Amino acid sequence: MTYNWDWAILVREPFLGWLIAGTGLTLAIAGLGWAIALTVGVIVGIGRTVANRPIRAASAIYVQVFRNIPLLVQMFLWYFVLPELLPTAWGHWLKRDLPAPEFWTAVVALGLFTAARIAEQVRSGIRTVPQGQTQAALASGLRATQTLRLVVLPQCFRIILPPLTSELLTTIKNSSLALTIGVLELTAQSRQIESNTFHGFEAFTAATAIYLAIATLVRLAMRRFEAGRSMPQAKQAPPMALREA
Amino acid sequence: MNATVSVAVASSTEPVLAQAPLLRIDGVGKSYGTVQVLSGCTLDVQRGEVVVICGPSGSGKSTLIKCVNGLVPFNAGRILCDGVDVGLGRQVDLVRLRTRVGMVFQNFELYPHLSVLENLCLAPVHVLRRPRSEAAERAHQLLVRVGLPDKAGSLPGQLSGGQQQRVAIARALAMDPIALLFDEPTSALDPEMVGEVLDVMVELARDGMTMMVVTHEMGFARKVADRVVFMDAGRIVETGTADGFFSEPTTERARGFLSRILSH
Ligand SMILES: Nc1ncnc2c1ncn2[C@@H]1O[C@H](COP(=O)(O)OP(=O)(O)O)[C@@H](O)[C@H]1O
Ligand SMILES: [Mg+2]
Repeated sequence: MTYNWDWAILVREPFLGWLIAGTGLTLAIAGLGWAIALTVGVIVGIGRTVANRPIRAASAIYVQVFRNIPLLVQMFLWYFVLPELLPTAWGHWLKRDLPAPEFWTAVVALGLFTAARIAEQVRSGIRTVPQGQTQAALASGLRATQTLRLVVLPQCFRIILPPLTSELLTTIKNSSLALTIGVLELTAQSRQIESNTFHGFEAFTAATAIYLAIATLVRLAMRRFEAGRSMPQAKQAPPMALREA
Repeated sequence: MNATVSVAVASSTEPVLAQAPLLRIDGVGKSYGTVQVLSGCTLDVQRGEVVVICGPSGSGKSTLIKCVNGLVPFNAGRILCDGVDVGLGRQVDLVRLRTRVGMVFQNFELYPHLSVLENLCLAPVHVLRRPRSEAAERAHQLLVRVGLPDKAGSLPGQLSGGQQQRVAIARALAMDPIALLFDEPTSALDPEMVGEVLDVMVELARDGMTMMVVTHEMGFARKVADRVVFMDAGRIVETGTADGFFSEPTTERARGFLSRILSH
């Protein structure tokens, strides 16, 4: 079997355009999905730590549901099942009137799925901030919400920045699942080049290189972001601290 | 409205107010589930007074002073602090009380993500709504007062323990408190740093600050304490002058405690 290599197709029209459009959609889905994931994830993550029981329970249920159903299934549920469950007018709007329904469905599905994972990180990050920090803030007259916003969350985010970075990278990779509901993102475009030209090797090599380049850039950017926000830990004598309340 | 009446009221209540203690702890009890941590604690602290609290680990010292500013809710008795009934625990009153009664912790609890200057400005800006420039100016004065004028831009993690605790004292002073609560301020420090922190506290006491200090530092107590309170098993067992308490404790438990800390 001989394979006819032709790397030139990657820069030939329309295939170059397809790759560029696919990359754009991948970045758009991942970026918008990430925005939803951060917003919802932080709220749900805080919700898991509050004193109010109903809020805590609702947040826990959210995490369980969205984290444990495979993302692929969630895409299908949002895209194929949800419009049928909604009142007819709403279902029609989703299927016919919403511009690019598959794109927005992918964004929302990816965002809400990732939010559950971010919520878990936010929750454990908040737990990592010592109780004494909260006491010191409250003792100075700050209210509970100010204490959370000014003292606890800033430390929480610094602690969870590394796992958040890998979550962002995973989100970019997960955006390729959007092809299953018909979004022509990067992976889908590569497949389309393959079926049009039978040059699958070249097409998927290009996709691989682009995913790697994006991941590298994200990693570098996050590292710079992290470097500007270091939080050297105080050298304290912990034994007494652990015994005393 | 009648001006003469209000003048009359003011003049007649003034002497009474002057005598009323700044802090009145009256029969306070606290339990965690079935574990009784404080029982029947009663103590008055006058304006300008320095009260040292000592006692074995687990005797309830931290719990008692955290009841004073409402960090720990108690189950029995009453605490009146600067006219605020702490037990009622309404958010508005507690915030007002906490802006006037500062606290210094065993582990400093400086905010590690903020510079020293920002540590000192956080509460004045967000609680007292002071303009940032004014808060920063006051912060610089206080850093001079605790001997750290060049550390404003440092992060807490870059300072020694003794420096951190001095910053923590400055942070409490930044709210212009009428009283300060200290919970074992020198217990987490290396021995060579204890002195620099105690020096700052002695100076505060001599300036007339009302202080409630949980500590086993006898030198400090002898120098500035108006009274020493000894706690054991959640009760205030003995109260006396520093010299009296350390040289002739009246209770067996206090004698046992003192011989243990002296043997260290
Ligand atoms: N949050 C808590 N839950 C249960 N028990 C506690 C809690 N905080 C303190 N205690 C208990 O209360 C007692 C008094 O604690 P504490 O006031 O910290 O003592 P001290 O400061 O004198 O060492 C201890 O036995 C401690 O175990
Ligand atoms: Mg204690």
